[in-house]
Amino acid sequence: MPDYETLRLIWWLILGALLIGFALMDGFDLGVGATFRFIGRSDEERRALLESIEPVWDGNQVWFILAGGAVFAAWPLLYAASFSGLYLAMFLLLVALILRPVGFIFRNKIHDPRWRNSWDWALTIGGAVPALLFGVAFGNLFLGLPLEFDALQRPMFSGGFFGLLHPFALLAGLVSLAMLIMHGSAYAALKVGEPMSRRAAALGGWAALVFVACFALAGAWVANIGGHTITSGVDALGPSNPLAKHVAVAPGAWLGNFRAHAALWLVPAMAVTGALLAATLLRSGRAGLALVASGAAVAGTILTAGIALFPFLMPSSTHPDQGLTVWDASSSARTLGIMLIAVLVLLPIVLAYTAWVFRVLRGRITLESVRQHTGLY
Amino acid sequence: MIDLSVVALSRTQFALTALYHFLFVPLTLGLSMILVIMEAVYVMTGREIWKRMTQFWGMLFGINFAMGVATGITMEFQFGTNWAYYSHYVGDIFGAPLALEGLMAFFLESTFVGLFFFGWERLSKVGHLIVTALVALGSSLSALWILIANAWMQHPVGAQFNEQTMRMELSSFSAVLLNPVAQAKFVHTVAAGYVVGSVFVLAVSAWYLLRGRNVEIARRSLAVAASFGLACSLSVVVLGDESGYLASENQKMKIAAIEAEWHTERAPAGFTVFGIPDDVAHTTHDELKVPWVLGLIATRSADEPVLGIFDLVARARTRIASGIEAHAALTVLRAHPQDAAARALFEEHRDDLGYGLLLLRYVDDPAHATAAQIEAAAWSTVPDVAVLFWCFRVMVGIGLLLILLFATAFYLSARHRFERHRWFLRAAFLALPLPWIAAELGWIVAEYGRQPWAIDGVLPTFLGASPVPASSIALSLCGFVIFYSALAAVDVYLLTRMIRRGPDGLGYWPEGDARARL
Repeated sequence: MPDYETLRLIWWLILGALLIGFALMDGFDLGVGATFRFIGRSDEERRALLESIEPVWDGNQVWFILAGGAVFAAWPLLYAASFSGLYLAMFLLLVALILRPVGFIFRNKIHDPRWRNSWDWALTIGGAVPALLFGVAFGNLFLGLPLEFDALQRPMFSGGFFGLLHPFALLAGLVSLAMLIMHGSAYAALKVGEPMSRRAAALGGWAALVFVACFALAGAWVANIGGHTITSGVDALGPSNPLAKHVAVAPGAWLGNFRAHAALWLVPAMAVTGALLAATLLRSGRAGLALVASGAAVAGTILTAGIALFPFLMPSSTHPDQGLTVWDASSSARTLGIMLIAVLVLLPIVLAYTAWVFRVLRGRITLESVRQHTGLY
Repeated sequence: MIDLSVVALSRTQFALTALYHFLFVPLTLGLSMILVIMEAVYVMTGREIWKRMTQFWGMLFGINFAMGVATGITMEFQFGTNWAYYSHYVGDIFGAPLALEGLMAFFLESTFVGLFFFGWERLSKVGHLIVTALVALGSSLSALWILIANAWMQHPVGAQFNEQTMRMELSSFSAVLLNPVAQAKFVHTVAAGYVVGSVFVLAVSAWYLLRGRNVEIARRSLAVAASFGLACSLSVVVLGDESGYLASENQKMKIAAIEAEWHTERAPAGFTVFGIPDDVAHTTHDELKVPWVLGLIATRSADEPVLGIFDLVARARTRIASGIEAHAALTVLRAHPQDAAARALFEEHRDDLGYGLLLLRYVDDPAHATAAQIEAAAWSTVPDVAVLFWCFRVMVGIGLLLILLFATAFYLSARHRFERHRWFLRAAFLALPLPWIAAELGWIVAEYGRQPWAIDGVLPTFLGASPVPASSIALSLCGFVIFYSALAAVDVYLLTRMIRRGPDGLGYWPEGDARARL
């Protein structure tokens, strides 16, 4: 088994992989959810768009649930501090996420247009709100959260819900909303028939450009935000104690990792290139390749944020020394080791059957096929 | 000092959302298995009616499944949002089964459930049956991991406190997996879920037969539910989770409270059929006892006594005294890690640290606790006796009633005589809410009976709560009550509407009436 430091690093990579998995998989159905009401103009068109994600959204969402479970198992302090610290934001996210399973299943059961229109709005909220909130959460990580620990080592927060709505955090929210709309539109362009496919491609092209603009703006802004650097007191092989280190805060420090390793600039470059490529490919009607390019943009964006923050998981704005990092907020080496084995054995199996399910479901959902739909779902 | 109003609000919210979630979980567990049985008959016989049964019950399954998924996300979040200190204190152990649930069970269930609905034309008969079976396997596996996590709260094996990180850490993963309480709980809970599914199918089919509608589908469904339900209801009671009750002090306290046994009786103890437990006077009025029965059930022996509440409180008192030493030694160790005397003292008392923490409810430093506070803490280890006593009895009563119902159904189904016995069909329909009541009461016995502990003997519930403002929790609690009530109303409306339309009225099968023999 690798040593404790390596295990912690591996788990940081696994967390990144799970978040990317979530953004790639659930990302497209959140994106379709946020936009299907506007891309689809009649009930049949909307049903076709929904049917492109109905069989797969639930499995996709498990990436998110698993990321939550993995944070609980591998970074219990992060799980405790982030979920309780963002209490009302989490509640809002929950309400939006709860609307999705019931919305998908309930919508088609009754033909009444008011019933369907209500659920369409519920699904729109269920797609757009999480897409926005995930970005706001990441934005707040860059700003730091008002976190400290009391004598019992309970995580305490001094900020409220509205403190999270800093302009930079809102910009980060726009980045993720535009990114997932781009990704969802590329998926819809590939999976549904005309005329929805054409409209999705057009929307996706615009979303990609908005994404690139917001991403670049956020990058320039980060260069001026106070970034955190560990100056002393961290033992990457020692027990997890977030109270032992010293942290310096300086503008632009979030770009420190990129300055130290210039090759890392390729990652944000991948995000921008991917999105520009996706916009071009969507315009020329090559939706399959566009989906791949937008996937690269999604992965590049999350990696960019992760690299910038590394080794911080959740910086503290009020008590920078007490921020949570990869080295001092993890589970024990035993738990990390056992869970690593579980991931190495089980995740390939999950990927294999997920790929099989997508293969079985291959092909476009056209208006014709929606008309033959049995209505069982 | 701990803000007890925050604790009360978080406990209320967790209890309500968990009980609400468990309205849908057992039906998902049970119906998914029944779908596998029905579809297996379809694959073996090739008769179209069994496919329609699978699709019709599958459509109802889908409505319920959505509610289960939706309310399950809340549960996954809530440990972090409302029980932050709990998450930090035991996440090293407790987080693992939750993550494994995602990896092994949720992915399986959620990835294949889409194909269950959309795969009928895309897969072979056997292929689709495998998909249905994987959905059912996924839901039962999910229950397995959740119950391993829950059993660890009832009986925390394979873990030790680490004073450097101020939390419990895993010492033996296999001990957590093979926890005897988990095994008993898994069989009991999953079988109870299968009973809920069986009663649902039984009651709805009985209603169709009473109305003379969807007769062919209803008859066959009734037969499936009768035999599956009989086997499962017997398992729930016979393999009930009483075997786990002697595993730890808290579990012993739970059984003493369930039986309202204030004083240890000479073995084998009698079983109290009726009585009015009095939590203030610490006695039970108007007791009616059957000699020997409790001792035989609980200890499976004729000479081992079942400990009474007074004796268990006396034990708690001793452990609190030891816990005060542990807490004092820990405080010294935190400041001076090299202090050998404090180390030795901590090692001696470390298993009782949790009992020392019980005092934090009354005093900031347990070392300064008065005799009265220690006495109050010792008695705080007794759960609400009257609630446990009655919840348990009603649950068991319903369990026995359901065995009777399924035995009758099985007998009638073997003789093909449902329609002639309308009294039975009416009884079967009226039984619809019973298994849900029993399942909810079962969780109240298990979790309310675990109080005052979040983790038995390790972490008191009040200490586990997040230090979130009470106003935020009040807001989310109100939000949940309103949002969940609205969802429940829509869910019940939709389910009754789809059931009323019935398989014949859905129009899924344009080639003809499902009533025709196929």
